[in-house]
Amino acid sequence: MVNDRPENILTVDNLVVDIPTPAGVLHAVRDVSFGLKKGRTLGIVGESGCGKSVTVMAIIGLLSKKIRVTAEQLKFSDMDLLGLSGRKFADIRGEHISMIFQEPMTALNPVYTIGEQLTEGYLRHRSATKANARNKALRLLDRVGISSAERRLNQYPHELSGGLRQRVMIAMALMCDPDIIIADEPTTALDVTIQAQILSLLSELQKETGTAMIIVSHDLGVISRVADHVLVMYAGRIVESGTAEQIFATPTHPYTQGLFSCIPVPGKTPKGSMLGSIPGVVPSLIGDLKGCMFRPRCDLASDRCLAQIPAVNFPVQHHVWCVAPVEELKERSEKVMLF
Amino acid sequence: MVAFVVSAISFSLMFVSGDPAIAIAGEGSTEADIQVIRKNFGFDQPFHVQYWKWISRVAKGDLGESFYFQKPVVDLIAERMPVTGLLGLLSICFALTLSIPLGIIAAVKQNTVFDRFTLGLATIGQATPSFWLGLMLIVVSSVKLRILPVSGSSSLYHFILPTIVLGYYATPSMMRLTRAGMIEALQSDYIRTAHSKGLLPLSILLKHAFRNAILPVVSVAAVEFGFILGGSVVVESVFSLHGIGFLAWESISRNDFPTIQAIILVYAMIYVGLTFLADLLNAKLDPRLRATTS
Amino acid sequence: MKNTYQIEEIAGPSSREIMFSRILGHRGLIIGAAVLCVITGMAILAPILTSHDPFTQDLSNRLVQPFWDEKGSTSHILGTDALGRDYLTRLIYGARVSLLIGFSTALGSGIIGTVLGLLSGYYGGRVDMLVTFIITTRLTLPVVLIALAVVSLVGGTLPVVVSVLSLLLWDRFAVVIRSATKQIRSKEFVSAAKAVGCSTPRILFVEILPNLVGSLVVIGSLEVGHAILLESALSFLGLGVQPPTPSWGLMVAEGKGLLFFKPWLITFPGVALALLVLSLNLIGDGIRDVTASKGIE
Repeated sequence: MVNDRPENILTVDNLVVDIPTPAGVLHAVRDVSFGLKKGRTLGIVGESGCGKSVTVMAIIGLLSKKIRVTAEQLKFSDMDLLGLSGRKFADIRGEHISMIFQEPMTALNPVYTIGEQLTEGYLRHRSATKANARNKALRLLDRVGISSAERRLNQYPHELSGGLRQRVMIAMALMCDPDIIIADEPTTALDVTIQAQILSLLSELQKETGTAMIIVSHDLGVISRVADHVLVMYAGRIVESGTAEQIFATPTHPYTQGLFSCIPVPGKTPKGSMLGSIPGVVPSLIGDLKGCMFRPRCDLASDRCLAQIPAVNFPVQHHVWCVAPVEELKERSEKVMLF
Repeated sequence: MVAFVVSAISFSLMFVSGDPAIAIAGEGSTEADIQVIRKNFGFDQPFHVQYWKWISRVAKGDLGESFYFQKPVVDLIAERMPVTGLLGLLSICFALTLSIPLGIIAAVKQNTVFDRFTLGLATIGQATPSFWLGLMLIVVSSVKLRILPVSGSSSLYHFILPTIVLGYYATPSMMRLTRAGMIEALQSDYIRTAHSKGLLPLSILLKHAFRNAILPVVSVAAVEFGFILGGSVVVESVFSLHGIGFLAWESISRNDFPTIQAIILVYAMIYVGLTFLADLLNAKLDPRLRATTS
Repeated sequence: MKNTYQIEEIAGPSSREIMFSRILGHRGLIIGAAVLCVITGMAILAPILTSHDPFTQDLSNRLVQPFWDEKGSTSHILGTDALGRDYLTRLIYGARVSLLIGFSTALGSGIIGTVLGLLSGYYGGRVDMLVTFIITTRLTLPVVLIALAVVSLVGGTLPVVVSVLSLLLWDRFAVVIRSATKQIRSKEFVSAAKAVGCSTPRILFVEILPNLVGSLVVIGSLEVGHAILLESALSFLGLGVQPPTPSWGLMVAEGKGLLFFKPWLITFPGVALALLVLSLNLIGDGIRDVTASKGIE
């Protein structure tokens, strides 16, 4: 088991998620493997529909029962998450693994106060008194940068702005001092100025508490700010993985390179040059799927792409799933404009 | 404002048939008799004067005197009110006790046999005429089973069958509303958040989802209560319960105008009160409807 | 729990074909429509189905049992009522009364409600306030009582019953049409029509109304059922359709006295009423389900 190391707080080996649909089985996630170390941040990046959200939802056990989740290994610390009963999983959620969602506007229950929603998880997982829970909530609200926390506790969600609500969500995720926080597109629904604030808040908190984090985003900028390790996903599979430096300095997989070339970089992209785009659309994931899913859109495609794609290992932790000649990939990666 | 208009409509009902004096006098009366009646009841005065007199008396609490009983209408209503009030209260409780749990379970077990079954029952319930159901229940319970009394109102047992009939009519709509509200609530983002916090499913269902789903049901419940009061006319006559509905029917058959007008007015007032109550309850339950605390 | 994955849609059959297959697949709708057709057919073909006349009294043949009882006979399949009239015949002719009253009332109240709803939703402002006030007033009135009172004063003929009910049951129409009109009004094709200079009536009838047909049909079928139930209640209390016209509600009232001895006298009309209203409700709900997915309000 490649990823099974004692310092891994989360071990995922060959995660497969299949969704039965009237048109056939949709292979949302195939053979996703990674390890998450304590205190580190993993960034999962890819366009909409690539399976990144499904992956993390599977890890935290929030997918509907009709969806089939299998893996060779899915472990939190040394606890096996596969086949965990509903009740036991609920015990872990919120206490050890918590999640922040994309839409702060709808993620909070409109009929209960902020205080009630912050403390209920804490009261459920720890046998604490209401006063204790409230104090903790106050501390956390303060820590996430919400002023007049005392007053806010008694307010209702509709009285707060989007940015504030997302901060509340972060505080809520931290209430039980979890070991892992999963953030699914935490800044996508927010204004650009607020995005930066939230992201710095997240990295600060992480360094302070030593919590491991998984950040899912389609935005390379977001990932670049906070991730130590990066997984690039496409059509349900990982196409490239490595440290943030490796990915951002030398993006190797054609898809990753394509992603980077879509982004204009102030000061670097020459004026008047065409913005890159990746032609084509994400293919359907229903039924039998062979070979590399990026083939229809890749300019380096060949017949070899129809077979099973092995991982190519660049020195130390940088893996790319592509059969194109390594020199060609490296050459192209140098030409790509980066931040 | 609405009350005003309602009272106007109520009052003018009397004149729908043309000359109320003739209606009161009945068949075979002479012209002289009719004139006497006219004078006695003040029908010879212009319409707005009559209306004004009536309205000013009502404002003082005097609802006129019944032609038939020769008693003040207020007394009549006060006598019968407890019966109808009790019936109404029991019916709405019955309806709520039945519809809310069924609605919740149907939402959780959406599209299963249970769900379809309860929806089917609800649909059939909405189609059944209440008076017929009442009669059928009478036949079944007193002939075949011999348990419950079927007429009169002397004991609480007497209210069981009427409550079932009246409550059964209001149940389908509230059940559907609860079910729909629960289904929508359960698909919301905040439920997902609740799950991610590791809260237990039952508490999520009842605490988070239900609290949101119940909001529209409250207003509808108040309105349904109003309809129940209206439907009490039929049920009371089937089961010989001497409540206001029964009184209304008797008065209508006897052309007892003051009573009829008064009862219509009372019903309307109750309805207005109920909608007001529903609004209050709504504001209490839904924080978004209140003024902000900041 | 939320499934975050979007499934790509494959281009498929035309929307009309989808509609058809949805309609045929909707069990409730089919059952309701079938039952309604049967009852309507029965009502129309009444003279053919039975040789008896619903009004002919035969006092020597009173209260004959239905044919499955040993005292019954096949000349009167369902027996006779207290005045010797053939029961089955009255049952079948009763369908005519119910259907007639139901549909006429729905038509009348539909027109009133739709006009009010259109005006209120389109013009907004003071007109809206006025119409809302009217609707609220109507809602506070106890319908049953007023209907009873009016009928008792004016007489219980068919036109009277239909008029009274029409004037009282339009609120559902008004409320739904009002909100639907408001929604549609803000859509672009209405502004486009205005910009081209269409007159208001034209906009109302040609642009807006066709989009409301779906809602109208749904509410209409439900209101027909509502009207039928109300009429039967009125007739039951003696203040609706008057004897000797065969109305199912009236038949229940007539049989009430003999409730314990000859229960069939009230069973059949009640079941018939329930079936008819049920079929209408199924149709209404079915159409709502079928058109809802297309995004029609």
